[in-house]
Amino acid sequence: MSVHSIDDLNPLYGLMAEFETAGELVAAARRTREAGFRKFDAYTPFPIHELDEAMDLHDNRVSLFTLIGGLIGCVGGFGLASWVEAVALPLNIGGRPLISAPMYIPITFECTVLIGGLTAAISMIMLNGLPSPYHPVFNVERFVNASRSKFFLCIESDDPKFDRDQTAGFLESLGPEEIAEVAR
Amino acid sequence: MSQPVELPSEIEVGPVIDEGHSLASVSDKIGGIVLKRKTTLGWILGLLVSFSLLQGLMAGMTWLFIKGVGIWGINIPVGWGFAIVNFVWWIGIGHAGTLISAILLLLNQSWRNAINRFAEAMTLFAVMCAGMFPVLHTGRPWLAYWLLPYPNTMDLWPQFRSPLVWDVFAVSTYLTISAVFWYVGLIPDLATLRDSAKQRWKQVLFGALAMGWRSSARHWQRYEKASLLLAGLATPLVVSVHTVVSFDFAVSMIPGWHTTIFPPYFVAGAIYSGFAMVLTLMIPVRKFYGLEDIITMRHLNNMAKVTLATGLIVGYGYIMEAFFGYYSADVYEKFMIWNRMTGPYAPFYYVLILCNVITPQFLWFKRIRTNPLVLWCLSIVVNIGMWLERFVIVITSLHRDFLPSSWSMYWPTVWDWAVFVGTIGLFLTLIFLFIRVLPMITIFELRMLLPGARVKEPVAQ
Repeated sequence: MSVHSIDDLNPLYGLMAEFETAGELVAAARRTREAGFRKFDAYTPFPIHELDEAMDLHDNRVSLFTLIGGLIGCVGGFGLASWVEAVALPLNIGGRPLISAPMYIPITFECTVLIGGLTAAISMIMLNGLPSPYHPVFNVERFVNASRSKFFLCIESDDPKFDRDQTAGFLESLGPEEIAEVAR
Repeated sequence: MSQPVELPSEIEVGPVIDEGHSLASVSDKIGGIVLKRKTTLGWILGLLVSFSLLQGLMAGMTWLFIKGVGIWGINIPVGWGFAIVNFVWWIGIGHAGTLISAILLLLNQSWRNAINRFAEAMTLFAVMCAGMFPVLHTGRPWLAYWLLPYPNTMDLWPQFRSPLVWDVFAVSTYLTISAVFWYVGLIPDLATLRDSAKQRWKQVLFGALAMGWRSSARHWQRYEKASLLLAGLATPLVVSVHTVVSFDFAVSMIPGWHTTIFPPYFVAGAIYSGFAMVLTLMIPVRKFYGLEDIITMRHLNNMAKVTLATGLIVGYGYIMEAFFGYYSADVYEKFMIWNRMTGPYAPFYYVLILCNVITPQFLWFKRIRTNPLVLWCLSIVVNIGMWLERFVIVITSLHRDFLPSSWSMYWPTVWDWAVFVGTIGLFLTLIFLFIRVLPMITIFELRMLLPGARVKEPVAQ
């Protein structure tokens, strides 16, 4: 057992079941949700879109932040070009307007993409709580296969419905290859 | 992204991934190249040769910093010599990577999954090479930060109506977003390497780079959303970058540059040369690393088809350039195109037509598209052709100025060649290091192509 958590009243992070195929995992995740569990997660070697529906995942904040970032870049880029050319260093060249909007479009566009793209990546990483050097799931020895070939489902002990024996029994009913306790 | 789409060509030239691969086997095969494979003599020799070429760049830059741009062959009227030729060539090469990683992702082309990582790395390295040239060409590269808008004691600001400033923004955004997209794509694979590494230092290194990625479904959901958004942003970006590069030419008043065909013709040329470079690099890598089962004939065939299609657009561009010259009824425009075809640089023009218009016609034949050796030779010809295209555009348009008294010729000096060959060395050095230390194929996306990735839920109850 590890000593990584200070408020370690419950040394158990959760119970983890291992599945052989993606189909079994999706079915198991759906039944787990239907059984009323909320604090659980699936671990898969590649994104499975069916899981989004089975686990009722619909976090759209990455899109929202990207939109906001893109808009900031858009307004910022156009604003920068306009401010520089009209306020900071106004040059009258052949009577052209100081704010020559069509000429500022490339800058506006590039700034939109730059800030939008950076926001997309950073918000994904932050919302996922990364970087996280330590996580209890890694205590399960076979979990190295989550990034290779196997499918895992972990019901966390924080879930109000969690009961060590009953939950173990429930996981057993899902037909996993193996069930392991996840130390905190 | 979702299930691989069955296309007619799949029956024709084979699957996107050979049968017999499982989730575990692709992970072990690609990860094993980094973790288990011994550093071969071939790799060491390749790196040595590339690194030696890179010394040309170091020497060329050192002498340039000491003496200035006078060591190059540029003069007045040909102020844009090798530096701009090479800049456009390199940045064009980069475009294939973004096309494969972003546009083909949005179009749901699952065959891209085996080649996108490599192509993106190529993009990144090509843009690095490209970015150096305009900075070196300024003559005083240590003042390159003047290109950026920042409050300064000189009270000066960049001119935002100038395509050259657009270029700074376009290229630096392109480099940044390509790097971010590439890294985001790497995270799950770095986690795979962390989990399969045996030595502690490798576990720590890849673990730190993977930032603790744990393949959680809740993470994947946001991850997929971010990838899609990045692809959606990178798609117009890649089109914009070469458009802006073409504006450097088209917005000027030089006959031969001042044409509306330039943006689409440049973008097509960029993708054309980029796919040729992907083929040039990927055919040997596929052979030496035994990846024929993952980068299959289907991939070579598809890439050859894209090369053919973009090659035809480029050919159309050449015809239109000539037609615009004739139809403009402008004496300078007419002279420019006539001079390009019959003037002192005419041989370059005809070799360019041979390389870029005649060569791709061979790709109509399936037998050639599925013959790696022939395809590789053709890709080299296309690379040379695209370099010549930029040479012809830059040099022939400038060397005959409006006034015959200022006519001149441009010939590169040894320092022009040193810097150019040096960037090829830099590019290849980075490619060699990349294939040694990082997974060159996106493992997690490869898994999605396997039959094991199809979700078949067992019938409940």
